[in-house]
Amino acid sequence: MAAVAAQADTLNKLGVQILSVSTDSRFTHKIWQEEELTKMLPGGFPYPMLSDQGGRIGTIYGVYEEAAGVDFRGRFIIDPDGKIQAMEILTPEVGREVKELIRQVQAYQHVRATGEVTPAGWTPGKTTLKPGPALVGKVWEVWKPGA
Amino acid sequence: MGKPVDGCVTPAQGPIQTSEPAAEMMQQSVKEVAGMRARVGQEAPDFEANAYYQGGFKNIKLSDYRGKWVVLCFYPGDFTFV
Repeated sequence: MAAVAAQADTLNKLGVQILSVSTDSRFTHKIWQEEELTKMLPGGFPYPMLSDQGGRIGTIYGVYEEAAGVDFRGRFIIDPDGKIQAMEILTPEVGREVKELIRQVQAYQHVRATGEVTPAGWTPGKTTLKPGPALVGKVWEVWKPGA
Repeated sequence: MGKPVDGCVTPAQGPIQTSEPAAEMMQQSVKEVAGMRARVGQEAPDFEANAYYQGGFKNIKLSDYRGKWVVLCFYPGDFTFV
């Protein structure tokens, strides 16, 4: 979570609200913030830290691991209409790549704003596609892998 | 969102059911929470959770953030290593 918090400036500019969720109590969150996170990051973790004791929220999001009683590293991008646009779920041993989260948010925001679609590996400024009959069979003319 | 209000004893609802669950769903165990399930392309299931924020405690609903881009990040636990 510290890696996400370290990108807070970028995420704030994109208008993204982060909510973190674990099966720890809110009291544990408080002590983690005070004892550790504030020493990793100036000001500590800047977003609400939610408590999912019992794993009921994790269960409906498909991330709760009953045997260990913890929520896996699930990450869900939810648009302003409340619709889930993307998800990623990792087992505990591997951490996230926050740059990829940011790239996906930028892509979904671009799609929402323009109606265009973003090909593989798209980052802001790269070629987008305008879906329609004229593009069928002609994608090769405007886009190639690695472009 | 208002300032955090100290509410150490306020229970949170957890998953929030928006419609009456079907009778057969009711017989399923609580872990299925009557058919609510997060799916890409579908509405995110709403919930209420106890939260720690800005030095205080408050209850937060996902639906409080309607109109904003939200990234919901689950993680295995405070004080873990990754």
